[in-house]
Amino acid sequence: MSQKSFVWLCLLPLAVVTTAFFLLPMARLVVAGAEGPHGLAGYLAILTEGRYRATLINTVLLAAATTIVTLIVATIAGMFLQRHRFPGRAVLIAMLTFPLAFPGVVVGFMIILLAGRQGLIGDLSNRIFGEKFVFAYSIYGLFLGYLYFSIPRVILTIMAAVQKLDVGLEEAARSLGASPWAVQRDVVLPALAPAFVASGAIAFATAMGAFGTAFTLATNIDVLPMLIYTEFTLAANFATSAALSVGLGLITWLILALARTFSGSAVAAAG
Amino acid sequence: MSTAGHGAAVRIEACGKTFADGTRALDPATLDIARGETLVLLGPSGCGKTTMLRIIAGLELPDAGGRVLFDGKDMTTVPIERRNVGMVFQSYALFPNMTVADNIAYGLKIRGVAKSERAARVAELVALTNITGLENRRIDQLSGGQRQRVALARAVAIRPGILLLDEPLTALDAALRDRLRSELNRLLRALGITAIYVTHDQAEAMELGDRIVVMRKGAIAQIGTPREVYFAPKDRFVAEFIGAANIVEAPIESGVMMLPGGRLPIEGSATAANATVMIRPETIRVTDAGAGPLSGIVDSVSFIGDRQRIVVSGASSKPLNVDVPNTIQAKVGDRIGLSIAADAVRLLPSEP
Repeated sequence: MSQKSFVWLCLLPLAVVTTAFFLLPMARLVVAGAEGPHGLAGYLAILTEGRYRATLINTVLLAAATTIVTLIVATIAGMFLQRHRFPGRAVLIAMLTFPLAFPGVVVGFMIILLAGRQGLIGDLSNRIFGEKFVFAYSIYGLFLGYLYFSIPRVILTIMAAVQKLDVGLEEAARSLGASPWAVQRDVVLPALAPAFVASGAIAFATAMGAFGTAFTLATNIDVLPMLIYTEFTLAANFATSAALSVGLGLITWLILALARTFSGSAVAAAG
Repeated sequence: MSTAGHGAAVRIEACGKTFADGTRALDPATLDIARGETLVLLGPSGCGKTTMLRIIAGLELPDAGGRVLFDGKDMTTVPIERRNVGMVFQSYALFPNMTVADNIAYGLKIRGVAKSERAARVAELVALTNITGLENRRIDQLSGGQRQRVALARAVAIRPGILLLDEPLTALDAALRDRLRSELNRLLRALGITAIYVTHDQAEAMELGDRIVVMRKGAIAQIGTPREVYFAPKDRFVAEFIGAANIVEAPIESGVMMLPGGRLPIEGSATAANATVMIRPETIRVTDAGAGPLSGIVDSVSFIGDRQRIVVSGASSKPLNVDVPNTIQAKVGDRIGLSIAADAVRLLPSEP
């Protein structure tokens, strides 16, 4: 057997799995999306139908807000954790990455325990202000849940990037007269840009498609994964849910591609 | 901003450094650096030279009791960003998100210098450091030597009182290093700036330094001009670290060293049961067998190009390295004579 055909043979399992479980269902999904009463126009419903469009905008805004807040929180925390040694640091890092171990349902459950009708915040505000403060079942609860499981993913990437930063760059900037603030703005943040794009993309994609948390909390939340679920199971509207699924995938992919292009110059320069 | 003579005099006073884990990086040291002087901190890795540089820079705080003074002003607790020092790093530490011109102008931009003035200064500096034409390049498009020039231009752009260079040429290949070294020398003289240069390369130290501070294990072993540390090393460590040296141990009787290969007169009329002396290889001359005060057998001959190095055994207890002109014919096994001027034999304190 030649070297080349051996390599191809090794790739065969991957090819089989990809075809059977990814390409074929995807193709079927795309076809199903066009099999509704409106045909191919079913795909446009995600943009033309008011309720769908509002949900789409909602979802994108929620995912974008999650990504931005996660990046801010995780960058500050990651930088601090990477640069300082203190007792309990290892435990703190372990705890911060703990949410990675939880499925979305559990995260939703914890949000309810925190901000639900019987939640901690509600109890506290009831005692202080005489009014129960409940936001677990709204988009704010969902935002909190997404934040909770996005931060660990981002923080680890940022910490790895901070570790690779050349301390000499910061020292050089300082020797040239840059204040600590200017050093961050001109040197550290640009150098971390590739890590921001990479980890931000993961946070965004996860927030776009996360379902478990939304499902646990959902009473009046409209996000795309929930919409797909209701169209599919409750309304048995296969064509619409298929079209929405394809739409969700395409839009997420498009936004990630755009983010990568816009940050492309910065990323290349920092290489 | 003046254009010339902007160097500051530096004094470090009883500056030691003990790190948080208890390791002593630098014993308390006191050192004066004159305005416009180029001082080289020379020593093997771990000798404390970089720590001393970082204390002067303001990147490390000396242990309690230590003081750093610029032109008589106490700067000990002033952070680096307000010390007006230029720094050049071994890793270049150029900002990858900026062009060459933006790198050079960064310190001026931070100081709020107007754009037109910045551009003029950048043009002046790229000309000075021979990188004209690279202004709009990205850093990853530059060679190592070009990066070093940009780093230097960036450091002197702010007209610092003191220029601090931390092994700036170490990462370059040998030929480039030699060329940049003489360029750097010319530049430092032209700028008239106070410069402190850290290196482990004694050839670099010799060429660049007005004075050399030889360091060892966190302490200053000797301070002197290149000639002083080369010809009159204070101890065996300095003798062996700077250039090549033959260290010979033998008894001395009234100014004559009693060696296995003969009797060698030295300066003075000391008597010692066991003395240590240093003899530089190039100060030993080869004569016909029997003509010199010492004799020995040629062990090996290495042709180096501009000279050749002969290893001679039997003359002293250990084989002697002898550098001779490349015209001399010597073969392995030849018996030869050696003569050494009395003032070329340097008596060293015996090691404790």
